[in-house]
Order: sequence, then C-alpha cells, then structure tokens
Amino acid sequence: MTKDNCKKLVIDIISDIAPDEDLSAIKPEIRLRDQLQLDSMDFLDIVMELRKRHGIEVPEADYGQLASLESCAEYLTPKFGTAKA
Amino acid sequence: MKDSHYDVAIIGAGMSGLAAGIRLAHFGRKVCIFERHNAPGGLNSFYSIAGRKYDVGLHALTNYVAPGVKGTPLGKLLRQLRIEREEFALRPQKQSRIAFRDCSLKFTNDFAVLEVEVAEKFPAQVEGWRALVKAVRTYDDVALDAIPLSAREVVGRHLNDPLLIDMIFCPLMYYGSAQERDMEFGQFVIMFKALFLEGFARPLDGVRVIIRVLLEKFRQAGGERRMKCGVARIIEEQGRAARLILESGEEITATQVISSIGFAETMQLCDPPQTQAAECNTGTLSYAETISVFKREPAEWGWGDDTIVFFNDSDRFDYSQAKQQVDLRSGVICLPNNFDYGSEHLPEGIFRVTALANYALWAHLPEEKYQADKQRWFGEVIRSARRFLPPVDDSILTEAQLATDMFTPRTIRKFTGHLNGAIYGAPHKIRNGRTHLENLYLCGTDQGFLGIIGAMLSGISMANYHVLQASVRS
Repeated sequence: MTKDNCKKLVIDIISDIAPDEDLSAIKPEIRLRDQLQLDSMDFLDIVMELRKRHGIEVPEADYGQLASLESCAEYLTPKFGTAKA
Repeated sequence: MKDSHYDVAIIGAGMSGLAAGIRLAHFGRKVCIFERHNAPGGLNSFYSIAGRKYDVGLHALTNYVAPGVKGTPLGKLLRQLRIEREEFALRPQKQSRIAFRDCSLKFTNDFAVLEVEVAEKFPAQVEGWRALVKAVRTYDDVALDAIPLSAREVVGRHLNDPLLIDMIFCPLMYYGSAQERDMEFGQFVIMFKALFLEGFARPLDGVRVIIRVLLEKFRQAGGERRMKCGVARIIEEQGRAARLILESGEEITATQVISSIGFAETMQLCDPPQTQAAECNTGTLSYAETISVFKREPAEWGWGDDTIVFFNDSDRFDYSQAKQQVDLRSGVICLPNNFDYGSEHLPEGIFRVTALANYALWAHLPEEKYQADKQRWFGEVIRSARRFLPPVDDSILTEAQLATDMFTPRTIRKFTGHLNGAIYGAPHKIRNGRTHLENLYLCGTDQGFLGIIGAMLSGISMANYHVLQASVRS
C-alpha cells in the first residue's frame, strides 16, 4: 500500500458518503472540513467505512489524524499492512 | 448463539425504524425490524380502496431544499442512508398560506416571500421578527441534552402582536406538536426551519415512493424484516431488555433494542410494566382527516394556487384537545395536485382537510353510529375548510367527486398504535432516547425530531449514538 493508493481509498469512501461534493480538486495538505461540507456524522462514517471495507480500526482518540488527506495517508498507510481484511 | 438472536431488534417499520435499520445493516449488524401490520410506513403510509391509493400522514415532505443546498436535514439524511436525491423524486410546492379570519400570510420554499408578507402586514413587528429568525437560525436544535424552554415565552420576547404569534404557531403546531397550546422551543426551531426556512415537496406518487426506497435500501444492506409480527412483551432481567416475546408467542433475543412505537406504548410492553411512567407522558392530541377525490384537478374551479392552507376562524388559535368530536375552528387543507410536477400531473384531483379531533368521543362508538358520525362530520369539515378557499358552487364539486374517505382518531390508534390516537405521540420528548433499561432505546415520534425527514433522522441519530458510535468508542 502506497500513500497515493491510500489517499485514493479515502477519496472513494468520501465520494460514497458525500456524492454531492466535488472531490476533483481536493488539496491534500488542507483540512477536509475546510474544503468540503463534512460534519461529525460524516467523519463517523469515514471511520466506520474504513473498518467495514478494510478492517482498519481508528480509535476515537486518533480522529484528529484524519483531518486532511495527507494526514490520513500518513496515519492509515501503515495500518493497511497489518489489517485483517 | 441460536438463530433468533440479533445484534439489534427494531420495533416498528415506520420511517424512523427503517432508517435506523438501514444504518445498522449497512455497517454489518444483524438487525431485524418487527412490524405488527402488513404495511410498512407507520404513521406515514398508504392504503388502497377500490384500486385507488390514498396517502395517510404525509401532506407534504417538509425540510425541502433545492439541489446543492448543503448542511440541512434533507442532505444529512440522504448521505447517511446513501440515497441519491433523485430517488425521492421530490417536487416542490407552489405556495402555501396561513389564513386567519382577517389576515393571511403567504409562504413558499423561498423564505423571502414570508419575510415580505410579515413586513407588509405587521410593520410594527419587523424588528422582533428579524430577532426571532436570528434566534431560530442560531439555536442548536439537534443537541440531545438541551434544557426545555417554552416556545411561547421565547417568541414572546421578540413579538407582541398575538395575531402574528398565533399565525406563526399554527402551522408549526399542526405539523408536529404533541403539546397543547405551547411547544418546547427546540421543537419550535425544528419546525420553523422545516416549514419556513426550508419548505415543502412531494413525490408525484406520494409517500409510497419514499417507503419503497427505504425498504429497498434496507433489503440491499442485508436487513431482515418481519411483517405481521408485533412484539408483545419486552422482558426485563437485571436492568436489561433480556428477551422479546412476539405476538406469535415466539421468543427472540437482541443485544440492543430500538423501539419506534412511542414512549408510553413501549413502557406498556415492558414486563414488569412501567405503568406510571406511561401514564405521565401520554399524548392527547388527535386528528380527523377528510379525503375527497375528484375526476378533474381542483385548479379547474380556481383551487390551483395553494398547496397547503393552515386556517383558523377564531380570535385566538387554540391548539388543544377537541371538545367535540372534531374542532371546526381551525385545520389544514392539502391540495396534492398543487406541487410543481413540471409536465406531469396527478391522474385525479385530491382535496384533504385535517382538523383536531377527540379520541374518546370516537373510540367506543358502535359501528353504525361511528359510520353515521363520520358522514356527518365529513360534510362539516369540508364546509369549514371551504371558507378559506376561493368560492365554488356546490354542484361543481358534487359533479366532479369520484370518491371520499375519512379517518378519525380511532383509525390513527388502529394503524399507529399510538395511545389516544395521539398523532404526534407523547408531550414530553426523550431526546437522548434512553429508557429505564440500559439496552432499550427510543427513536421516532417520541424521541422528538419531527416530520418525515425528522423521523428518519431520529432513527439515524439513535442508531449512530447508541449502537455505532458506542462500538467505535470501545
């Protein structure tokens, strides 16, 4: 799993959760909340879809790591190696 | 574990139960919805007589916003249930009115229209009105732990013309208040946004379009649904809902139970029963509704402008339990033909009138008397409503009329199970959905998010809060 692949998987999830958002021009370093209209319900869904699709657990204390696409990739990429799919 | 164990059992296949079920099944929970009737939808359903389909409950779907408007309940709900906006096929209203004896306020899905009307008809109230709208816009209406406030008191801080106050309360109460004469301010805010800041819409084919979408999502997600399969008892053991006994006598178990059937109604199922808790929080407000079907669209005799009309003929608008079988002083007219369906049309004209009604005065009538009273009140209700529509000759309506039907508080009791036929359930809502049992939660009407969209959001919120979020926390 590369970081770029990981970002793509996160974008796949967001596009299913929020099909009404334009995801074509997301800047990886900028907070997702500042570019998209995502509320706490949507973030919960990102966490739950990560678990459902990829077997990845994100404890509540680590939610901050999902702030931007870049930080998502940083945090999640190593987890893909160890997750039981 | 034996087969009859579920992660979550949901009682009731109405809008909220279905929405909760979709969320839970989507995230892999083994979930089953138990519904005692044959038809899903609960309060918002439909039925057929002589091949003709009638909607109950839904006049209009509230909370409508145009495509592209984000951050409102409709958008949240579509995202949470993974529903494409087009699946609901919503068509916006034309215009609606609050029609009192000497004053009328028009409103549409564009809030500016109502603001202009208020400024024109109540010039002295404009500043207070703006302050009220600001208070509504900034209030956190989805907080699950808000302290209850009287809406009359809060509104009274901003407005002092009783006519305007009554005119604002009338639609909000008719479309969602379980409380007489006043509302909790959080409920007021939800309804104000749902009706005025957002707006009305309807699928051409009515509420069944929405129910069909929900059923299909639930099925696709792997949820199980058992119809004609009511829950008879919830057995308590060590502070938990340990087992559910079905009406068939069968017994099932579930790690968590979500009940959408109402607070008092759920307490009555509990064993040992929670009689006192149920008695202290049982609703009393019920409705009657007439439905007239015409072979032509009402626009042909001048009824083509209004989608919904909220009317009142008295000095003060009195939202309280009817003293007679039906309270003719106020009501709501719905003309489903008058949504903007573009080039499409409803095949027939439909005219519905809703008014407050008294459950006790309908509940125990012998069948013959019940039918006779229905017929008598049908005429009275129509006469009352027509005072607020453009005049039309009786002979025109008689000639165009194809069929009629009427439902009473007794019908509501039968189909929703709500005690006293209380349309909006208990006067005191339980916002966090908790009950005396640690794994039994409420969603729907008595959790307190209102309207169809509110009901679905209630199911979503309770599934998220008590089941899904709890699982990522641990």
